[in-house]
Amino acid sequence: MAVVFERPKSLIDVATHYCPGCTHGIVHRLVCEVIDEMGIEGDTIGICPVGCSVMAYDYFGCDMIEAPHGRAPAVATGVKRTNPDKFVFTYQGDGDLAAIGTAETVHVAARGENIVIIFINNTIYGMTGGQMAPTTIPGQVTQTTPYGRDPELAGYPVRVCEMLATLTGTALAQRVSVDTVPHIRETKKAIRKAFENQKEKRGLSIVEVLSTCPTNWGMSPTEAIKRLQDEMIPYYPLGVYKDVTAEGGNK
Amino acid sequence: MAKMNVITERCKGCGLCVTACPKKIVSIQKEKRNRKGYFYAECTDMDSCIGCAMCGIMCPDCAIVVEK
Amino acid sequence: MERNLMKGNEALAEAAIRAGCKCFFGYPITPQTELSAYMSKRMHKAGGVFLQAESEISAINMVLGASSTGVRAMTSSSSPGISLKSEGISYLAGSDLPAVIINVQRGGPGLGGIQPSQADYWQATKALGHGDFHLLVFAPASVQEMVDMVVKAFDSADKYRMPAMILADGLLGQMMEPVSFPEINADVHDKSSWAANGHGNKRNHHIINSLYLKPDELENSVTDRFARYELIKENETDAELYLTDDCDILLCAYGATARVVKSAVNSAREVGIKAGMFRPKTLWPFPVKELNKACASAKCLLDVEMSMGQMIDDIKLAINCSKPVHFFGRTGGVIPTPAEILGEIKKIGGAV
Repeated sequence: MAVVFERPKSLIDVATHYCPGCTHGIVHRLVCEVIDEMGIEGDTIGICPVGCSVMAYDYFGCDMIEAPHGRAPAVATGVKRTNPDKFVFTYQGDGDLAAIGTAETVHVAARGENIVIIFINNTIYGMTGGQMAPTTIPGQVTQTTPYGRDPELAGYPVRVCEMLATLTGTALAQRVSVDTVPHIRETKKAIRKAFENQKEKRGLSIVEVLSTCPTNWGMSPTEAIKRLQDEMIPYYPLGVYKDVTAEGGNK
Repeated sequence: MAKMNVITERCKGCGLCVTACPKKIVSIQKEKRNRKGYFYAECTDMDSCIGCAMCGIMCPDCAIVVEK
Repeated sequence: MERNLMKGNEALAEAAIRAGCKCFFGYPITPQTELSAYMSKRMHKAGGVFLQAESEISAINMVLGASSTGVRAMTSSSSPGISLKSEGISYLAGSDLPAVIINVQRGGPGLGGIQPSQADYWQATKALGHGDFHLLVFAPASVQEMVDMVVKAFDSADKYRMPAMILADGLLGQMMEPVSFPEINADVHDKSSWAANGHGNKRNHHIINSLYLKPDELENSVTDRFARYELIKENETDAELYLTDDCDILLCAYGATARVVKSAVNSAREVGIKAGMFRPKTLWPFPVKELNKACASAKCLLDVEMSMGQMIDDIKLAINCSKPVHFFGRTGGVIPTPAEILGEIKKIGGAV
């Protein structure tokens, strides 16, 4: 019998610190599967954020740089501009990318920077213990919206893919999910397309991955998957919001 | 014939593999714990395993290796 | 060597390019903007990267990214912009990354003014960000020194793997003086042991990081850095001592202010007052030995700054308050005149 499924080579063989059922682990694996399949681990530089995945440098086998909170796209720009032949990706959470790092997010897309952004949207701040994130859904209870997020007080969520799709420099803005195996396969295809875009210098590719946070949602891992399906997918519809390859490839 | 191997020390007992398995032959057993104290997953009927690896695809910790 | 007339801001930029700076990330702010504008003209032709970022915060983080891959990187700004860069600079220090940051100071606090100032001395030398760390701080007093110090800053930053700041001011940035550019070997420092530029399947992966969740690990990383700082304090201080051998009163000043003080010292000598001047060229590491040598014969010191007095603390500390240290300062962008300073010297000189 042959092995048909195992850990990708570029994913370092260590236990992760992520909570049981946290889907970060799935997305880490998918990124590494794509890196393995493209054979680019030696030419890839990853930027990790401040958040639960801040220590992703212990898990990704390529060279890694830890960026200040929200600034990964700027760090990635500095890396890519001075190392144009390398593959550069950022791996960021929703607090990192859509709250403190919003300017960096918008302008890295406005510049059409040839990098890949893996954006984990789990509607909460995980590492700091479950506060409201810019993607927290109206009515959702968090440590800082104990009575449920009230838009009158705390405003509305940011839909990142839709926002970045309006920018000319965006080559791919696609929202995917890792709640089911078919959706996980789709996520991997999107990540692969993002890295191919980088190779072809098409501009900025962002893959927004709807993810779970069992611990801070106060649910079991399988309940969290259900909540993602029942509440997140309706509010954050999956799909391709911009794909320059689909539109005849013009920018 | 196919085989689903759990790397017991990496499993955190989250149970996502249980729901992913189309043959419903994966469960979190309640007898043995790994060094971190997690009850780890196990395949309850290896003969029925078809090697589709959906359990492994759903696993956040690469704790499952599938052979076919 | 050819000499050409150049504006301070532009000389800083040209010097960086000649020092092998491969990328510059800027943001417009008076009185530093010509530096970025010059870079936008020259850097690309010199085979480097110029990028105007969306903010000073993004710019310093672009520097962090480029520097992480072993490339010489620079950013420049003026006072408020430097405040925005402080977190990034702390990360540069905590990640042991070389970089050059230029502050063409303007009046503060807040939006302040756009005239020259030295009110960021404390910011640069004491706490340009959170945590235990220092950065090399150079204080030019002429356009030629701006050139020489940029070259020195890049070299020292690489040698000690830490950020370096050129603390200039609007006056130096805007003035034109003849300069010549030395020949530079930019790649003398091998960064292959740590640069995160893709392991090429030939080495272990490199991690650029400043996070150490285990307290003893963080402590070790900090104490290692401070051991390097001791080395720097020992070997890297630099100062100009002017007419100090027999001086009764020692003037202390740096940067543009020192030029004004020098003419006041000369005027004082003409009226029989034995004045001298101590001008630190490195603000961190502070030239303690040089200051003590300079004030050996002096009965008192007079510190002159374009601020409410910040370097004065380091002066008192350096001489352990063994002699009285007077202060004269103008701030808000007002530049002290030689006559004012001469007046102070006389006032103090009389009382000595």
